[in-house]
Amino acid sequence: MEKITLTIDGKEVTGIAGQTIMEVARENGFHIPHLCYHPKLSKTGACRLCIVRINNTMLKASCTEPVVSDMKVITEDEGIKSIRKWLLGLILMEGDHNCLYCDADGDCQLQAYVKTYEVEQSKEDFPVIEREIDYITSNAIKRNENRCILCGRCVRACKEIQVSNVWGLCERGSSTHLIADDDKKIGESTCVKCGTCVQYCPTGALTFQPVLGKGPNWELKKESSICIYCGVGCKIDFYTNKEGLLVKTMGHEDGPNDGHLCVKGRFGFDFVQSPKRLTKPLIKKEGQFQEVGWNEALDFVAQKLSAAKEQFGPDSIAGLSSAKCTNEENYVMQKFMRSVIGTNNIDHCARL
Amino acid sequence: MTNSIREIPESAGFLVIGSNTTENHPVIGSMIKNEVVNKKKKLIVVDPRKIELAKFADFYFAIKPGTNIAILNGFMHVLIKEGLYNREFVEKRCEGFDELAKTLEKYTPEYVADICGIDNADDIVQAARLMAELKPMALYYSMGITQFMSGVNGVKSTANLQMLLGNMGVAGGGVNPLRGQNNVQGACDMGALPATYPAYIPVASDENKAKFEAAWGTQGMSTKPGLTLMEMMNAAHAGDVKAMYIMGENPVMSDPNQQHVIESLEHLDFLVVQDIFLTETARYADVVFPACAFIEKEGTATNTERRVQPMHRVLKPKDDVKDDWWIIMQIARRMGANWDYEEPKDIFKEIIAVTPSYAGITYKRIEEELIQWPCPTKEHPGTQILHKETFSRGKGLFTAIDYTPPFEETDREYPVILTTGRILEHFHSGTMTRNSKVLDETVPEGFVEMHPNDASNYNISDGELVAVSTRRGSIRIKAKILKRSKPNVVFIPFHFFESCANKLTVDCLDPVCKIPEYKVCSCKIEKISA
Repeated sequence: MEKITLTIDGKEVTGIAGQTIMEVARENGFHIPHLCYHPKLSKTGACRLCIVRINNTMLKASCTEPVVSDMKVITEDEGIKSIRKWLLGLILMEGDHNCLYCDADGDCQLQAYVKTYEVEQSKEDFPVIEREIDYITSNAIKRNENRCILCGRCVRACKEIQVSNVWGLCERGSSTHLIADDDKKIGESTCVKCGTCVQYCPTGALTFQPVLGKGPNWELKKESSICIYCGVGCKIDFYTNKEGLLVKTMGHEDGPNDGHLCVKGRFGFDFVQSPKRLTKPLIKKEGQFQEVGWNEALDFVAQKLSAAKEQFGPDSIAGLSSAKCTNEENYVMQKFMRSVIGTNNIDHCARL
Repeated sequence: MTNSIREIPESAGFLVIGSNTTENHPVIGSMIKNEVVNKKKKLIVVDPRKIELAKFADFYFAIKPGTNIAILNGFMHVLIKEGLYNREFVEKRCEGFDELAKTLEKYTPEYVADICGIDNADDIVQAARLMAELKPMALYYSMGITQFMSGVNGVKSTANLQMLLGNMGVAGGGVNPLRGQNNVQGACDMGALPATYPAYIPVASDENKAKFEAAWGTQGMSTKPGLTLMEMMNAAHAGDVKAMYIMGENPVMSDPNQQHVIESLEHLDFLVVQDIFLTETARYADVVFPACAFIEKEGTATNTERRVQPMHRVLKPKDDVKDDWWIIMQIARRMGANWDYEEPKDIFKEIIAVTPSYAGITYKRIEEELIQWPCPTKEHPGTQILHKETFSRGKGLFTAIDYTPPFEETDREYPVILTTGRILEHFHSGTMTRNSKVLDETVPEGFVEMHPNDASNYNISDGELVAVSTRRGSIRIKAKILKRSKPNVVFIPFHFFESCANKLTVDCLDPVCKIPEYKVCSCKIEKISA
């Protein structure tokens, strides 16, 4: 692979032929503002926010421009700053970006850049085209196109990551808008509700239906764990609110899933907070379950198992472990059956 | 999996057999779809149902349920007959080829097409030629290979094919079973199996017994392999097993022949169930312990590619809801054991001391590194690809295998083939997904999926409630009419207790590994209303 040496903001860096300026810059710790670009998706150069100055003259979109030897890249100067501010201003004029009513408030790339570049509300009277709001047809995904900046990340995420090709952009110019399948509502389309489009949306145009706890984005805590469902072992970021309730999940980039999730990994966790969960040990007395304390339940079980072992031998007892439990728990369960009970009657649902 | 998920882009093509990947392992399904749809890689699909991947396949074989071995033999017959197999790999790294070749002689495309119910026998030839061109081809399978009385032979057949093609030990190749539960790999690795200690060390050995007795500071352990899940139920039914301790399983919903399972549990003198819900199984218990759900606990889980990953506590459990390991330890102590684990980390330290394939793994390492077992030392990077230089046993052994029909064949009384499985929105016995709003709303009830021809024969319309019966039982369920299975094959997902598929399934087992034949039995369909 041909190595290419160039300078970014005066620092000498190397990239590989075929890489874009954006890619080399990111690898070397430079942040270039961007909205339509995402490292996991194909490049379109749509938003132009990532423009950089090349060899002190021309401006190019860094997300699509390949690196060339001895290139001098400036990621930001006064000229670029004012263009970025102007571009952001245009985006704001085109839509209805009122953060007060937006679920993405505090977790919005557009909002972050607007604050960084101190963009103010336009005083000009711009004809705003009312676009579609669909909060009802899907129980998983909400869509408000007045907040859409037409970056096309959702379209590419659906095509390149989930590979369902549900989202598409339709019509041209200021009439451009998002459609599902052949112009259906999202809830009536072939959408499988993986939520990948929402994860990749840089604004609040696509958001999740609130099915779990709620809370402002800046109050949410994040912790990763492994999905409970199939054997892929997707790594998931779980977001919880101040009350300790689960709010949403996002695919973690470092897992075997590479950031992706399916509908179960996205929406399959309210069961943890279900009021039907067991909360106390139960002992069946005269055919009815009764809540008891831990000591009573544990003593009773130990005594019954000991008695069965004594009377009928260790092989009269059998244990089922679980593919839903951790390695540690499975280990302890088989150790219990083998060393405490004295039988190898231990299995789990591997064959089911 | 012999190989890894991140090698999917390195495959030149894929054979997906007995796996509805986009519904049951959707993230891997999307990765394969991306290679095929967006990067024009080749795809061959073998499945009785026209699953989503079949739409993108270069060749799709809608085989009769239970005929995997026949079609795999058919592919191999062509590869050998036309000299397309990887001679170098076979000669250097494998043994048993001559016997395999002899057995395969009769599996001509026409013979196989007849067994499998394939219209065009020449497709088998074309697909086999394509497989030989794909360097490497990855083979993916799931329960559509294993859940048969011939499950073990099905698995061996997939290995035969990939060895014949020389696709073993190379990046982007391999035999890749997709495991159905998030830690089924780990549960097996940890010895939650009747015949093996952790790391698959056999229990039927005095030497191994002595080793584990020393490690666990105990005496009087057994060298007699224990009962498998289905055998436990049979033994309970017969009165030989008196007490059971069930942690995080719901056999009433997930085992075949539900009526038999319920009778077995009722025969027990004592049943303990440890779970997060009062499941269908827990209702038969004498004692029920409330356990933590997965995001309420710490520990590790091992995925389908043998990758050991950390699980973290996201939510705080309620006061009287306890960790599974803690509950087991409390009982063990009351029965005389001196266990004193304070946290999962203590248990993991003991695991790596007795599990050679995990010996080099630590909590700290898996936070920072991607580690797949075997990982024998702290310096070892883990193993991305198995069988790279040699196979575990030295040479790869071809096993000559003949096709054997399923246990139940259709007859006049039960003329329709029933196959069962999971769907995208639900999981196993439904305990989790049916308590999750979006999933439950999206698919609120069970259905029997049938071909329009069958619907027309039985005068059934879409959404109509019908009766489906087998020799084990009968359920009422809504008909869903679509061209997915072939005529005379119906599919029922097993997640729904109201229309429980496992009231119908047959409890015959593979003689070696005791897996039940969930994927094929004979049923009849009856219209309920006039």
